Amino acid sequence: MFNTYQPPVYDYQRSVDQQAGQIAHHPLIIVGAGPIGLAAGLDAGVQGMPALILDDNNTVSVGSRAVCYSKRALEVLDRLGCAGRMVEKGVCWKVGKMFFQDQLVSSFDLLPEAGYSQPAFINLQQYYLEEYMVDRAGELDQVEIRWQNRVSAVEQQGEQVVVSIETPDGPYQLSTDWLIVADGANSSVRSMMGLSMDGRVFRDRFLIADIIMKADFPSERWFSFDPSYHPGQSTLLHSQPDNVWRLDFQLGWDKDPEEEKKPENIIPRVKAMMGEAMEFELEWASVYTFMCRRMERFRHGRVIFAGDAAHQVSPFGARGANSGFQDSDNLIWKLRLVMQGLAPQQLIDSYCEEREFAADENLMNSTRATDFITPKSDVSLQFRNATLALAKQHDFARKLVNSGRLSDPAILSHSSLNTPDADPFDSPMLPGAVMEDAPIEGPKGEGWALQLVDHRFQLLCFCEDATRISAGELQQLSELAESEIPLRPLLVYRRGTPPAAIAAVHDSEGLMAQRYDGRDGSCFLIRPDQHLAARWRSLDCEAVRLALNTATCNL
Amino acid sequence: MTASDKTSGKLNTEANFHHAGEPVTRPYRAGDDLYEALIDSHQGLSDEQSQMLNARLILLLANHIGDLAVLRQALAAARESI
Ligand SMILES: Cc1cc2nc3c(=O)[nH]c(=O)nc-3n(C[C@H](O)[C@H](O)[C@H](O)COP(=O)(O)OP(=O)(O)OC[C@H]3O[C@@H](n4cnc5c(N)ncnc54)[C@H](O)[C@@H]3O)c2cc1C
Repeated sequence: MFNTYQPPVYDYQRSVDQQAGQIAHHPLIIVGAGPIGLAAGLDAGVQGMPALILDDNNTVSVGSRAVCYSKRALEVLDRLGCAGRMVEKGVCWKVGKMFFQDQLVSSFDLLPEAGYSQPAFINLQQYYLEEYMVDRAGELDQVEIRWQNRVSAVEQQGEQVVVSIETPDGPYQLSTDWLIVADGANSSVRSMMGLSMDGRVFRDRFLIADIIMKADFPSERWFSFDPSYHPGQSTLLHSQPDNVWRLDFQLGWDKDPEEEKKPENIIPRVKAMMGEAMEFELEWASVYTFMCRRMERFRHGRVIFAGDAAHQVSPFGARGANSGFQDSDNLIWKLRLVMQGLAPQQLIDSYCEEREFAADENLMNSTRATDFITPKSDVSLQFRNATLALAKQHDFARKLVNSGRLSDPAILSHSSLNTPDADPFDSPMLPGAVMEDAPIEGPKGEGWALQLVDHRFQLLCFCEDATRISAGELQQLSELAESEIPLRPLLVYRRGTPPAAIAAVHDSEGLMAQRYDGRDGSCFLIRPDQHLAARWRSLDCEAVRLALNTATCNL
Repeated sequence: MTASDKTSGKLNTEANFHHAGEPVTRPYRAGDDLYEALIDSHQGLSDEQSQMLNARLILLLANHIGDLAVLRQALAAARESI
């Protein structure tokens, strides 16, 4: 059914590991080359760790799946070296509008301020995203993807996991120290291990149609409650590259999915929405029922679940892949430290602590949006319609209109890896939050704050005048750089010339100081996943060492 | 709402839901918390019981607000274009 896209075919290749009687060992194996398995593999690769990805298929995700990728997802993908192509191909947007009975009642702007490297959101078909990630994996020597390698059994044996794999050449086995399971919402590995994923199924059906049409609507997210062309239900419109538009029709529970999928039934719905005169072609269509559920625990011994395999949400708010990227972002640096012997396995448990908390927030927001869109009782329908009617006039009701709260970066403010503030700060960037981006000038010219973070911890030390850094302070910072856990001190200065002995960036527009409340002397300890671990008003090496140990479970 | 709004008895229709004393990390959060609590409070009730709950709720909140000038504006705003 594709008119605009030719899916790549990734050939199966027999590997040297497929010899009878041997079980080759790989330190890290990932099941699934969907967005999250690929992100995990790329992250390992850019951090210099070998990773083997196994996928049962030989191409990218086909059909109408994820469209919207958030600023935070793009920040992660940028660190992995593949956001550039996505943003270039994608449709950038930040404004959402909500309509009730054909009248605009509410709107939001997700990024009202300039000075960020990534857009608020892009729309891009999931197959492009995956294709670009597979291309990126090809550039990393440490990352190998084996196509048409279906995992058929998983067994934990002591400190190892033995994985059985089916291929066109027959079965073989591998062993690994750590297995990341990213094989999607219907995770077969989860079933093989006898684990469940519990939650709610919403009694409603949605027709998702991707159509090709030449329309000059602005690139905004348009959500309509009870529009005259689709009475009593809701619709959603999104623009994608290649003149493809995502149309989403709420159908109700009583509709027959097989009937609704037929072009002769889809076309009248599209015409009703877009107007009789609009010329279009159908690209892809399917009917979905949505679920909100998660696994109780994301880690089982040396098997770690991530992405849809661990948690599944309804798509209102685009919290699926966008949260999955935050899973692998959170996990891989921890695995690296554990595998290097620099941190105990409790650090992996902190992945569960942090990402189960994040999953709960995503599930809560997706559930609330779905309940607003699909009211379960007469009284909730009445409250919903009362909210929408009041929203025509009143600000407070506009803010209550919930067509999906779009994916936001997790704020891990309760994480046991944080060091609570001892000094007052006036910034929403609490310990546990992602560090704010801002334009900077570094040794390589203009850049972005987020791009300063590599696989090490960073200690951002703010100073007004770089010339006035004392020899004593330099000495302290260079001693910190000798920590066993890799840590890079980085001077963030407003004026003056920094000494050559220390890495330094110029806060050229003062936006870092503003967004961090980074007054002269303030220090921020940043984790490799760009989350803030601790902050102080002045440098205290002992406090930094303690916070570093706290953030790596080395207490 | 400023203090003068309070004394002048003007109905506040700006977004005002909040968790007292907690930093606002998600602008939509407190409003959505209220909305969910409201819907949950009707769980398992018949239509008639739901109406009774709503009526009691209105009376409780009205007493909490107290100021008749404000309440009359709220009544008028609620009645508009029904
Ligand atoms: C209609 C719709 C709209 C959506 N919109 C958005 C959106 O706008 N934004 C967003 O962020 N998310 C969205 N999502 C969610 C998003 O598609 C998923 O969250 C995302 O695909 C999850 O990625 P994943 O890598 O965890 O799993 P998947 O994408 O499901 O990938 C799993 C991979 O594992 C492979 N596999 C499975 N079993 C095995 C096995 N036994 N052995 C080897 N390989 C195996 C599969 O072939 C597949 O390649 C949407 C979903 C739907 C359905």
